[in-house]
Amino acid sequence: MQSSLAFGSEENVLSLMEKRRKVSLIWQVVFLLATSLAILFLVLLLFSIIDSTFGYAALAYEVEPSSLVEGRQHLSEFSRLQLEETARSRLSSGILRRVEYEKPIADRSDKDLTALLEQYVVKPSVLRTWGLWESLTNQDEIEMYLQEQDQAVLTFKNWLTFDFLFADQSANPLYAGIRTALLGSLWIILITFLFAFPIGVGSAIYLQEYAKPNRLSRLLQLNIFNLSAVPSIIYGLLGLAVFVRAMEGLTSGSVFSTTVDTTANGRTILSGGLTLGLLVLPIIIINTQEALKAVPDSLRMSSYCIGATKWQTTWGQVLPVSIDRILTGTILALSRALGETAPLVVIGASTFISVDPSGIFSKFTTLPIQIYQWSARPQGAYRNVAGAAIIALMILLMILNSSAIIIRDRLSKKKRMEA
Amino acid sequence: MNTTNLAENLLTAFPTQSIAEPARTIIRLQDVNIRYGTFHAVKDASMDIYEHKVTAFIGPSGCGKSTVLRSINRMNDLIRGATLEGKVLFNNEDLYSKDVDPVLIRRRIGMVFQKPNPFPKSIYENIAWGARVNGYKGDYDELVETSLRSAALWDEVKDKLKQNALRLSGGQQQRLCIARTIAVQPQVILMDEPASALDPIATSRIEELILELKQAYTIVIVTHNMGQASRVSDYTAFFMVDANRTGYLEEYEQTEQLFLNPVHKKTEEYISGKFG
Amino acid sequence: MLIDTPQFGKKHRLHERIIESVMFLFALFSMLITVGIVVILTRESFLFFSDPKVNLVGFLTGRDWQPMIDQFGFLPLLNATFTTSIIAMLLGIPVGLFVAIYLAEYANDRMRGILKPTLEVLAGIPTIVYGYFALTFMTPLLRSLFGQSRVEIYNTASAGLVIGILVLPMIATMAEDAISSVPKELRLAAYALGGTKIETTFKVVIPAALSGLSATFLLALSRAIGETMVVALAAGAGPKLTANPFKAAETITGYIVRISGGDVSYNSVDYNSIFALGLVLFLITFTLNLVSRKVSTIFHQEYE
Repeated sequence: MQSSLAFGSEENVLSLMEKRRKVSLIWQVVFLLATSLAILFLVLLLFSIIDSTFGYAALAYEVEPSSLVEGRQHLSEFSRLQLEETARSRLSSGILRRVEYEKPIADRSDKDLTALLEQYVVKPSVLRTWGLWESLTNQDEIEMYLQEQDQAVLTFKNWLTFDFLFADQSANPLYAGIRTALLGSLWIILITFLFAFPIGVGSAIYLQEYAKPNRLSRLLQLNIFNLSAVPSIIYGLLGLAVFVRAMEGLTSGSVFSTTVDTTANGRTILSGGLTLGLLVLPIIIINTQEALKAVPDSLRMSSYCIGATKWQTTWGQVLPVSIDRILTGTILALSRALGETAPLVVIGASTFISVDPSGIFSKFTTLPIQIYQWSARPQGAYRNVAGAAIIALMILLMILNSSAIIIRDRLSKKKRMEA
Repeated sequence: MNTTNLAENLLTAFPTQSIAEPARTIIRLQDVNIRYGTFHAVKDASMDIYEHKVTAFIGPSGCGKSTVLRSINRMNDLIRGATLEGKVLFNNEDLYSKDVDPVLIRRRIGMVFQKPNPFPKSIYENIAWGARVNGYKGDYDELVETSLRSAALWDEVKDKLKQNALRLSGGQQQRLCIARTIAVQPQVILMDEPASALDPIATSRIEELILELKQAYTIVIVTHNMGQASRVSDYTAFFMVDANRTGYLEEYEQTEQLFLNPVHKKTEEYISGKFG
Repeated sequence: MLIDTPQFGKKHRLHERIIESVMFLFALFSMLITVGIVVILTRESFLFFSDPKVNLVGFLTGRDWQPMIDQFGFLPLLNATFTTSIIAMLLGIPVGLFVAIYLAEYANDRMRGILKPTLEVLAGIPTIVYGYFALTFMTPLLRSLFGQSRVEIYNTASAGLVIGILVLPMIATMAEDAISSVPKELRLAAYALGGTKIETTFKVVIPAALSGLSATFLLALSRAIGETMVVALAAGAGPKLTANPFKAAETITGYIVRISGGDVSYNSVDYNSIFALGLVLFLITFTLNLVSRKVSTIFHQEYE
């Protein structure tokens, strides 16, 4: 009887249970809330990107289409004849000559002529843009704005178009594109891969298969883990001091007297690629080590017992079995590098380049940096192209990550069916 | 268990065992002591292993029989902190001398493990790969067929050489492991409980194979199955553990002798199942 | 025939030695990177501090950073970094921890099938996109919630909150690992004593996972401190010492990115200053990472 009294009376026990049950319930709600928040964040993020990429835009024309041809508000309403006539009469002589030279007006498509007229005659500029949400829900405000700006013309813009992908940088957000940035990104990732993959895999093989468990190996291992947690901007500083400045001769190409761009002076694709290579190196090493660790020791034992050397075993048995995981991890590391901005800004990506990169000694800009520059500008339309560029970047990353998964599945299947 | 009955069984098993044959020593252990770090695993092991004979190592678990086996082809080297004192002579060459390359030893003294572990490659490649890394310059197709025939596996796999070896049954995989060992033309084949992971039918096939193989090779087999030792081996070495968990060689004789007329009491106790 | 080698003489196998040496050098290269970072940062910082306009005490305690008038106090930058990181942790740690607990203890397969990919996607989004999100969504949200006069267009609160979202997947996944690796037996013992799931979680599982959780939080903090693009876009340009998170302020990383992104000549004070600040950043994050490792081993021993 004593012991049960020590726990309180029957009522006390019951009310305590009640309280405990309530507490449980409250916490479960809290957990669900947290979970919903996490999902909500992702949804909001995606939403804000899509929101910027589609929406109404109020344009002002320098020369109204209606002044060219009576009653036509938009160039798209012009007939073929009207397009040709307007082109011939309105383009300045210099431009007209060049246009005719490249391809006669009569041979050009309607779309082509429309684009020409737009760019050189009508010359639209963006007054204001609205996000997708606002475009769909806030019609009144848009109407009001149009009333005030009676010169403005309203169109529904999709900022992510094929032209967007292939156009180069431009001062006018309407014509801006990501081609230069995209090429810069791809070039840099190539250099990053060529630099970091051999060194990373080689280091990992050494650490995992050859290194004896002494102090040096432990130190090397610890060092790699620490490097993987260093903020990316520090790698930028390192790259700036070493690749851009100290090794300028090499990275600008002047050592090979093939200086492509005399103003590049070290701030080249080569420097960018090497810097990102340093950044992803620890990731590749750690991932490869994990892949090698997963190979059972019995495989190595049976290989040695046949009279194979360590390298023969590593190359002929261990690597073929682990190569799928190694490649997958490397591709994921590269997709991380693709999204990096800070180190390349520190290295000195160009703010405005009109020429596509032609080689590793060229100046560069990358897709994330382009996004950064556009986002930082307060004028409305830049937000929109930034949003479109973000979608392009995410699609590129998705392609890269999917190919990693496909490669892994292909190689795994091959392993099981091996001939 | 009645020793006399066992003796009768053994006599029926070895009707033609000739005891008086002179046998050449191919491997000699001289005062071998093996340590893992500070732990003394095996002490003062000395024995001769005879060419073209099957020698069995038996004894309770932890007595060091696998350790001694591994020391013969220097696989013990791969274990951290393993050291060996004494001599292991192969055709009178000291295997542990500084000038000796362990990699070459393992070509001449092959090993088959308890759990079959073929390479994750095709059946063909399993055999060809070992030959290739050892610099074989002959006809690979012929080598593969010869090795598979010697391992009594050819008929079962000749139509599916390109198939992944891991798809074979356990018994087939083990015979494949024997085939790939044979392919690099060893003189000695070490086997560490080669049939203990297999079903009885596969086991007896392996035992048959061992009896065939001893004509061309010397075989040393570790087994915890005394019946197997008596069925298959010409010589048996019985290992024991002392109070410090250090293994040592208690008795080494021709198999018949060991089972019918063991000299040491411990041997007799082990054989009659007094401890396991 | 197999090439017969009657002797067991040591083969030279030169090419094996070469391959091994090359791989060893590769492994050593990673050491070189760390040495490089330390050497470069220290050297340039040294140049920075040897400039007559700069002194160490002024740097560490000064409340103004205005190179124009030779003021080089880094407190405004440190303060802004501090503010954004704390806000990030205030959002990221609770939400991340609760998501982790939910995933480890409560979630059924369907929820897990939604949550895990969500976290993976969030983790894979480049930081520049988070920066964009801070600028185009979070700041307007804060401005509409708290009033446009209270919240500036650039402010540290917005950046801090978004950094919190950024580290959320990392905290959730690592914390979930830590919680899941607590042996089942501990939970079963608690249930057997009549504990509810919640009591078990908070009183038994979490303390048991403490080593892993502390390591996670420290690493997340280190990550938040080193974050650049979110603050570069949303927090503001120009160092300002303020306790108000609704005002603009520049963090250490934001400053480095702004200066190096502009026209800066080598050997100027500005150029050297970014390395000095880089050194500070490196020391802070390196220390946090080391402590996080130590913590995970110290606490680990108690429960094994």
